[in-house]
Amino acid sequence: MLDELTAALAGILPADSVITDPVRLRTYECDGLTYHRATPGVVVLPETAEQVAAVVRLCREAGVPFVARGSGTGLSGGALPREDGVLIVTSKMRRILEIDLPDRRAVVEPGVTNLAITEAVRDQGYYYAPDPSSQQICSIGGNVAENSGGAHCLKYGFTVNHVEACEIVTPDGDLVTLDRMDPGYDLLGAFVGSEGTLGIATKITVRLSRAPEAVTTVLAAFESIERGGEAVSAIIGAGIVPAAIEMMDALAIEAAEAAVACDYPRGAGAVLIVELDGPAQEVERQFAQLREICSGAFELRVAAGAEERAAIWKGRKSAFAAVGRISPAYIVQDGVVPRTALPRVLAEIDRLSAEHGIRVANVFHAGDGNLHPLVLFDDAEPGAGERAETVSGAILDLCIAHGGSITGEHGVGVDKAKHMPRMFSPDDLDTMQLVRCAFDPAGLSNPGKVFPTPRLCGEVPGVRKGAHPLVESGKAEQF
Amino acid sequence: MDPKLINDCVHCGFCLPTCPTYVLWGEEMDSPRGRIHLMKQHVEGTPVTPEMAGHFDACLGCMACVTACPSGVRYDRLIEQTRAEVERTHVRDPRDRAVRGLVFGLFPYPRRLRLLRPGLGIARRLAPFLARAHPGLGAMAGLAPEVARRQRLPRLVRARGPRRAVVGMLTGCVQGEFFPQVNAATARVLALEGCDVIVPAGQGCCGALSVHSGRRDQARRLARRTVRAFRKAGVETVVVNAAGCGSTMKEYGDLLGEEPGFRVVDLSEWLAELGPAAERHPLPVTVAYHDACHLAHAQGVRAQPRELLRGIPGLELREVPDSAVCCGSAGTYNIFEPEAARDLGDRKAKAVGSTGAELLVSANPGCTMQIAAAMRREGAAIRVAHTAEVLDASLRGVGL
Repeated sequence: MLDELTAALAGILPADSVITDPVRLRTYECDGLTYHRATPGVVVLPETAEQVAAVVRLCREAGVPFVARGSGTGLSGGALPREDGVLIVTSKMRRILEIDLPDRRAVVEPGVTNLAITEAVRDQGYYYAPDPSSQQICSIGGNVAENSGGAHCLKYGFTVNHVEACEIVTPDGDLVTLDRMDPGYDLLGAFVGSEGTLGIATKITVRLSRAPEAVTTVLAAFESIERGGEAVSAIIGAGIVPAAIEMMDALAIEAAEAAVACDYPRGAGAVLIVELDGPAQEVERQFAQLREICSGAFELRVAAGAEERAAIWKGRKSAFAAVGRISPAYIVQDGVVPRTALPRVLAEIDRLSAEHGIRVANVFHAGDGNLHPLVLFDDAEPGAGERAETVSGAILDLCIAHGGSITGEHGVGVDKAKHMPRMFSPDDLDTMQLVRCAFDPAGLSNPGKVFPTPRLCGEVPGVRKGAHPLVESGKAEQF
Repeated sequence: MDPKLINDCVHCGFCLPTCPTYVLWGEEMDSPRGRIHLMKQHVEGTPVTPEMAGHFDACLGCMACVTACPSGVRYDRLIEQTRAEVERTHVRDPRDRAVRGLVFGLFPYPRRLRLLRPGLGIARRLAPFLARAHPGLGAMAGLAPEVARRQRLPRLVRARGPRRAVVGMLTGCVQGEFFPQVNAATARVLALEGCDVIVPAGQGCCGALSVHSGRRDQARRLARRTVRAFRKAGVETVVVNAAGCGSTMKEYGDLLGEEPGFRVVDLSEWLAELGPAAERHPLPVTVAYHDACHLAHAQGVRAQPRELLRGIPGLELREVPDSAVCCGSAGTYNIFEPEAARDLGDRKAKAVGSTGAELLVSANPGCTMQIAAAMRREGAAIRVAHTAEVLDASLRGVGL
C-alpha cells in the first residue's frame, strides 16, 4: 500500500522532496525525545500548502496515516513517525510571507523558526512573545501544534494567545482558514495545541508585540531551593507579574556552568531569574519591591545591558541539553503544580530521588508552577533506565495529586498518552475523541498520540467503515 | 568513529540553524544532528552507502555546530574521524577521484603551487570549459586569484624598536604562494609591534587541508615536518595568519599523539594579547569583517580581530548579518561541492553587500577568494584584505 502511495507522492512532488532511502529515513526516526523511535515509511518535504494538501489527500485516499514534523525538537514524541505512514516535514516551508507592523501581525509558513520572526521585526521595536528555550530552532508550526510556552509566558500567555489565524490542511485534505475573528465556535482555539491530531498548519498569522520600554533582569542566588520558592510566592503575592520567574537548582546550575560557563553565583542552592518589563517607571517601582522581597538572597545581580541579560538567560535556556554534560542519559519531565504547592512538591521529588538513587535536576518556570525535573541516569547501568522511568512517572503522580497537570508546555504526544487516564475519566477522554473525530473521522492525522489506547474512532489507522459508535447510538452528531 | 562522542548528542537540534547545509536545504540528513545519526547507523553496522557518504561530503566542517551545541558534542572530532572512514571504505566515482587526487597532490605543496602561478589568469578564463570536464575543476579555476608579485621573506625579521617577543611565523601553502602580500604584511606588523619574527625554511604545509578531508596519514606526514622546522628554530610561539592552519596546528597534540612543544596563536589573538605599542595612523574606510569559521568557531577568536580593527582611527567596522554561517569556501569544499558552495557564497555576498562597506576583511585566504568571487558574480565587486594588511597599512601610515 505504501509503495503505491510513494509512487503517487513522487508524481506530485519534486524528486528530491520524497525520501525513501532507508539510511536517510532513519535520521527522521525521532524528535527531541529520543526514547521513542520509529522509522517513517516515507518522508516528504513539501514546499507549499497546496503540496501538503495534495499529500494529505493521497494519504486519505490510501488510508495511510500521516504525521507532521517541524524542526524535530519536541519533547513528548509528538512528531514520532509511523512505520506504516508518511512523515510530512515542513522544514522547507520557511518563508515569512508578510509583515504588517501597523496591524501588528506577521504571516509565516510553518517551518519558520520562532526566533526568526522576532529577528525580522526586532529593529522596528517588535517581537514575537512566546519563547520556548529552543526558540532558535523550533518551528512555529510545531509551536502551534503543541501550544508551546516559554519563560515569558507567565505574563504574556502561550502560543494560543499569540496566533490570530491559521490556514490548515484538514485531515480530509482541504485547505481552510481558522480565524480568531470568526464568529461561532473557537475552532482556532481547538486547533492550537491539538498536537497534529486535527490537521496541519500551513500558514500562521502571529501577533507581534511591541518591545517593552524597559527590561530589568535580576539573578538572585539563594542558599536553598525552599528559600527561592518562598521568594517566588512572595513576588506573586505582592501583585507583581514579572515577564518571567525561572528557577534552577544546584544540579541544573552545575550542568549549565559546564555547558556555557554562565558564571552564576558560586555555592547557590538555587537561582531565580526574574525579568521585569514594561513602562520604565513601573519597572523601576517593581524592581524596588523585588529587591526587598529577595532580601534573603545571598547575591543579587542585575543585568547592566542586553549582553549581560543574554548571559544570564544563556545558562537557563541551554539547561536541558546542558544536562548531557553531567549525565549520560536523562528524561526531561514536564508537569504543573499550583505555585503554592511548589515547596512541598520539590521536597517530595527530593525524597523520591533519594529513595531510588536517581539524581533529579530541577529547572522550572516557577512563576506558573511549571516544573521541568530532569531525571538523570546512566543508560549503561542495568536497571537505571527503569528506575528513572519510575521516578519520572511518580513525579507526574505528584503533580496530579497536588491538583496540577501532567504537562505544562511539552504536550502529551506519545510519551504521556498513558498518563492521560490518571488525569481524566473515560468520559472525559471520550468527549475529547468526539472533537477529534469531528476533524479526523478516519483517524489518520497523527494517530497514537495524546490518547492512551485505541478507543472509539481514533486510533485504528484505516478509513472508518460505517458511522461512529457515538453517532450510531444517537449521542453525537458528526459535522 | 568514537561511539562515546556520538552518544554525547542528545538530539536537541540547537545546531540546526547554524548549519550551512541545513540553512540551504532544510533536510535532517544534511544537518549536524542528522549526520551524527548517520554516524551512529554506521557504527551500529550499516555500511557507508553512497547516499551516506554524500551527506558527509556535503558537510563544510565549519564547526558552527560545535559553537552552538549546549551538550558539548565534539562534532569536529567526529567529522574528521568520519571522513577518514569514508576515505577508507567508500569508493568514489573515478572522475571525482581524479580531481581529489589533483587537489591533494597540489595544494599542500608550495613548490607545486608556485609552478601554477603564471597560469592562473588563463585558468580563470578557461573555467567554463573546465567545468564541462568536471564541475570541481571549473570551480577551482574560477576561484584562481590575481596574484601579487612573489615576495621572499627573510629567515629573520628583526623587531623595530625595543624587542617585546620572539615568534615563529607560518607561511602556509596557499597563503604563501597566492597571497604573498599577506605574509609580508604579517611579518611587518609583528616587527613593528616589537617581535623578532623567525620564518624557518622547510616548514611546508601544516596539514590542514588533508586533516579536514580525512587524509590523516598525509596530514601527519606534513604536520611532522612543520613541527620539526619550528622546533629546530627554537621558538616558543608560532603565529599563524590563516584560520584553517591555526585551528589544525592547535590540535597537533591530537593528530600526532604528542604536543608539538610550541604554542600556536592566531595573529589577531597574539597582537591583542601583546597590546598595541606602535602608532596607528588613520585609515578612513568602512570595513565588513567576515568571521572565518576556523577562526570564530574552531578557535573561538571573534573579539580580537574586531578589537584590532576598531583600534585604527577613522576605520568604521560594520557587522555582517548572519555572520556565524559559513561562506561556503571551507577549505576544499568549493572545489568538491561547487553547487552548495556557490549558493552559500551568494548568500554571504548579499549579507556582505548589505553592510555597504568598501572593504571586506577576513583572516582566511579561502574565504577571501570565495566571497570575492561571489561578489563579482553579483556585479558588486568589493575590495578584500586580510586583517594583517589593514593593520600594516595603518601602522606604516600608507593607504590600502
